[in-house]
Amino acid sequence: MADTAYTYAVARVRAKEVFLLSNADIEQLIALKTEENCLAFLREKGWGNGSLEESADEMLSNEMTKAWREAKDLVMDRSVFDVLMAPREYHNLKAAIKKVCAGDKAENIFFDDTLYNPDELMIMIAKRKFDKLPKEMAEVASVAVETLLQTKDGQMCDILIDRATLEAIAKIGENSSSAFVKEYVKDTLMVADIRIAVRSAKTGKSKMFMDKAMVECEGIKKKDLIDAAVSGITGVCDYLEKIGKTEIVEAIKESPSAFEKWCDNKIMDTIMSQKYNSFSEGPILAYILAKENEIKTVRVILTGKVNELDEDFIRERVRKMYV
Amino acid sequence: MNELGMFFAILGMALAAILGGIGSAVGVGLAGQAAAGVVTEDPSKFSKVLILQLLPGTQGIYGFLIAFLAMSQFGILGGTPVTSTKDGLIVLAACLPIAIVGLLSGIYQGKTAVSSIGLVSKKPEQFGKSLLFPAMVETYAILALLISILAVFNVGKFF
Repeated sequence: MADTAYTYAVARVRAKEVFLLSNADIEQLIALKTEENCLAFLREKGWGNGSLEESADEMLSNEMTKAWREAKDLVMDRSVFDVLMAPREYHNLKAAIKKVCAGDKAENIFFDDTLYNPDELMIMIAKRKFDKLPKEMAEVASVAVETLLQTKDGQMCDILIDRATLEAIAKIGENSSSAFVKEYVKDTLMVADIRIAVRSAKTGKSKMFMDKAMVECEGIKKKDLIDAAVSGITGVCDYLEKIGKTEIVEAIKESPSAFEKWCDNKIMDTIMSQKYNSFSEGPILAYILAKENEIKTVRVILTGKVNELDEDFIRERVRKMYV
Repeated sequence: MNELGMFFAILGMALAAILGGIGSAVGVGLAGQAAAGVVTEDPSKFSKVLILQLLPGTQGIYGFLIAFLAMSQFGILGGTPVTSTKDGLIVLAACLPIAIVGLLSGIYQGKTAVSSIGLVSKKPEQFGKSLLFPAMVETYAILALLISILAVFNVGKFF
């Protein structure tokens, strides 16, 4: 589709961006004393349904649902959102498998507004009939169900589906003609592989585990990263330094939260260019990612306030804002 | 009167009107989509975005003006009809600057207007500055218009 096909939608996104929280708003939020003060501040900014009865979790969940509903209202062609919907679809599949096969009792674990309804997914899993799902999703669903039932290994089930998610994202990137989607997919896969390597190195996971969890991505040699991770966190740092990614190494050495913050900020850096793009689907996708990042940051602050954590401690964990 | 010569002269007039008009239609259309997007979210910005939407509309007027002047000069509405193929080609050449520059500048001015509408939607206080960016593109349409006007009034010397 021609880039100019999104002119109307991008203009609407520009108008909506005015209501995103800025770095100054986040600073104000951090400076507030209690969670109640923070919720009142957010209500003033138009968050939530306006009710004083609404809990923080409900407010954040409603805010995300609202952002997705608004974004989907902007363009008729829903395939634009495939790259952001894939993780949500696979998350629902994972949650449904755990609910059916492992009797997971947790509530509110599904994303709304996905292509495959969670109830239908659970029926498919119970009947072991996945023919309504796309080929790749059906294959991983079948393998994950068998693995979970035979081994009772929830983590193995997780990595099978997480890897399938990354492969789905990679495929969307390959098939997309959008430079932004390709760039976003490249960085998402890179961040995911580094995250797996760092966590695996810290918990002493095997080479086979990492091989199953990681995907091939541009800029990083999967085999070299796995070899480095097997030798521990120092090996990962040495490898990342060798390929010129020194800023990640600094974050890894600083603290686990600094590393997680770096991972999220890397994606924010990728989408920043879309603030100055008036055409293409890029600004629409960037708006959703910015909103997700905003909600994640607000959640960090609210959790900090509930646990009466120090302002500086919260500030260290706050992500870069889009506006 | 030379029929082939008149054909080329009329082709020049038609191109000035058609290409200038297409440039403006595309430009105003693009800016209109962006303006509608902003007004959907914030109706109070209607007057500001409307002005930005109208900016790429001038190329169509310039093309129409040149076509009208050429018709008045070369035998359609008045003046002297061209008498050779060479004269017809000269009239065609006189009309081409606004035809080509009108088409391209109209499209690019429309795209710049879209970006300016995005700017106004986020920072309405920058409306004055936002007008300047698409106005810069107008410079080249005006230059092409001047060349076409000078050419239409003076090419008669070479007939």
